Amino acid sequence: MFEIGLGHYLLLGATIFTIGVVGIFLNRKNIIVILMSIELILLAVNINLVAFSIYLNDLSGQIFTLFILTVAAAEAAIGLAIIVIYYRNSGTIRVQEIDKLKG
Amino acid sequence: MIIHSIFFYIFSIIAIFSAIMVTVSRNTVHSVFFLILDFISISCLFIMIGAEFIGMIMLIVYVGAVAVLFLFVVMMLNVSQQKNEWLSGEKNSNHIPIGLLISSVIFFELIIVAGGWKYKPELIKSFNNIGIDLNTTNTHAIGNVLYTDYIHLFQISGMILLVAMIGAIVLTFRNREGIKRQSYFNQISRERNEAVEVVDVEKNKGVKIDV
Repeated sequence: MFEIGLGHYLLLGATIFTIGVVGIFLNRKNIIVILMSIELILLAVNINLVAFSIYLNDLSGQIFTLFILTVAAAEAAIGLAIIVIYYRNSGTIRVQEIDKLKG
Repeated sequence: MIIHSIFFYIFSIIAIFSAIMVTVSRNTVHSVFFLILDFISISCLFIMIGAEFIGMIMLIVYVGAVAVLFLFVVMMLNVSQQKNEWLSGEKNSNHIPIGLLISSVIFFELIIVAGGWKYKPELIKSFNNIGIDLNTTNTHAIGNVLYTDYIHLFQISGMILLVAMIGAIVLTFRNREGIKRQSYFNQISRERNEAVEVVDVEKNKGVKIDV
């Protein structure tokens, strides 16, 4: 209980990952919150990588975390730009009303 | 050790609570604030576990850039229609049980993986083993590896950022009517004889300037 091991960090990562997945599945209104849930999922992956890196005494996990950070920043920038231009074109960002692709 | 575990539990409970609040909160601005709180507590965990550089970079990149970007976008768009009304509305009621089912399955799979995971000693030897040197700082060790072994990945991630920046600018760029802007081509292609005129000025009469 009072000995923090790798399992605690993995559990924390799993919990935050699942909260992100729930946010994507159950949010039907707001697409910005879906982007934030994707950020939460990437954060959970980062937790796992850093915890493994520390407990296995290998620096590669922290390097991978840096690259995931880069990709997450790029993804947030592009996604928000797409949201802005979609709002400018169609006047709504509700998930239910985004049906141009008829999916 | 006990203080370490107490801090771990405090930060992780804050992180999980704010992650829940990100998805549940009615107001999108509050969601962004809870996202910031989540990133801060997770970076505190990273600093506690010994990955100081990653923790600080997460603080700078996520809190300083990504969350502020989210805030700007939330403020630019119409706030009144951004109510985060999840679990409400009758059209989407068939999504909720399936979504809950799939996410609980994912959660229990992750728990099983995390609980049943044991690393073997010979597995550690099979890594290419960029070991963590305890004599140097975390930043120093990362710098030693990042600019030598991972230099190509480092440059490719720079290219990804460049492409993302250009893409975001190109996507959100628009020409608006009624706004004066510089035309470089017209500026450069101006010639002397259409810009400057030599006038003979008569004495005591001055010159009339047509604008």
